[in-house]
Amino acid sequence: MSLSGNSSGKISRSNENYFSIDDIIATQEKIPCKFEVAVPHLGYLDQSSDSEDVAVGTKLELPYWLAQSLCGRRKHTVSVELPKVYRESYREIFDADATVVDLHKLGPYFYLFGTRLLHFEHPDSADIAKNLLQTFQTRFRMIMDMSQNSFNEDVTQLTQKLDETERTIFDVGQQGLNDFQQWETRQVDKLTTSMMVANHRKRKRAQVDDGQE
Amino acid sequence: MFGEKALELVKELQRSKTGTISAINEDVMRQVLEEMRALFEQNQRDVTLALAGEQLLFSAIQIRHSALERNKRCLLAYLAGRLNYVRETRWQFGSVLPAEVKQNLSEPELQWFNKYSKCLANYMSSIGGHGGLDLTQDVKPPKTLYIEVRCLTDHGEFETQDGSIVLLKKNSQHFMLRSECEHLVRQGFLEHIVH
Repeated sequence: MSLSGNSSGKISRSNENYFSIDDIIATQEKIPCKFEVAVPHLGYLDQSSDSEDVAVGTKLELPYWLAQSLCGRRKHTVSVELPKVYRESYREIFDADATVVDLHKLGPYFYLFGTRLLHFEHPDSADIAKNLLQTFQTRFRMIMDMSQNSFNEDVTQLTQKLDETERTIFDVGQQGLNDFQQWETRQVDKLTTSMMVANHRKRKRAQVDDGQE
Repeated sequence: MFGEKALELVKELQRSKTGTISAINEDVMRQVLEEMRALFEQNQRDVTLALAGEQLLFSAIQIRHSALERNKRCLLAYLAGRLNYVRETRWQFGSVLPAEVKQNLSEPELQWFNKYSKCLANYMSSIGGHGGLDLTQDVKPPKTLYIEVRCLTDHGEFETQDGSIVLLKKNSQHFMLRSECEHLVRQGFLEHIVH
């Protein structure tokens, strides 16, 4: 894995979009951490203790963005453990049959957060990377099949078990299907109300209805 | 935990991704800025102590520093996300914002909208030879000069380019120049009829 190289680490960091909402929410996922160094005056991070400082060996769940900055190449303020769903036992489940797993329940940003975990250079990193790819490949056929064969249907049942990345892919597939259907029925050159205006109207109508009740 | 208030803002943005924009959340923004100020002041105090020789403090400084950067990222993403929405409204609603959208924007955002509108208008009049080129027109490839439209609402009188006046009454149908009525269709006053 070339992920361990210092330069590639920098590249991946500059590639991520600073303003990306998905990325911000994905990096909020918690990771179990153990403090290797005492941290003075920040005892309130650990809500179960009353002491003023964080002692060595305290175990806390820290969000990814904090853990990432505390567990760098040079400084090891904390050591990081893998979250449950990326451990060996779960990887075996994905190996067995990835298509039946409810990824949304395991973490709405399963892939995004998983790739971020590789930053920590855990001994299992290579396995995780391979497993993520494998899981995605297995599920992709199912996602594509579903999104191309549900025209004008209620898709909530179908997208229920998909993680956020997969949902985006599903929506793109649906968009393509709809565009094709429109082309077939010669609806393409029909002028329509803009999306935003239409949504705005719908909401307005709902407000008017509320007011009358 | 640090950064939770700031995340609220980002989540709010995510919720309004498809719908209309909600009012700018100045209250939470102020709380986040307050949290940042506190973190910054504590850090400044600790940095002076650390430079005086208290090595232990470095880890605490680093934690606060990442919290500061995280809060900054969330705040900026919130503002940038809203700005994207405002830009999009210029293309979809036209240069006049509906009152419901307007009241949810802050004063700087409105100013930005007006400036953006002006820039776009200047640009559009500078290209395409005499009279400029309206980029918001012909979102779909035009096939005919005239199109048939039906009124969805009472819109009142409409003066066409050749000077005649058309009364746009609900459910009445007209045969109009595409270039003239495209905006009205986009804004939902008229419906394009295709056979």
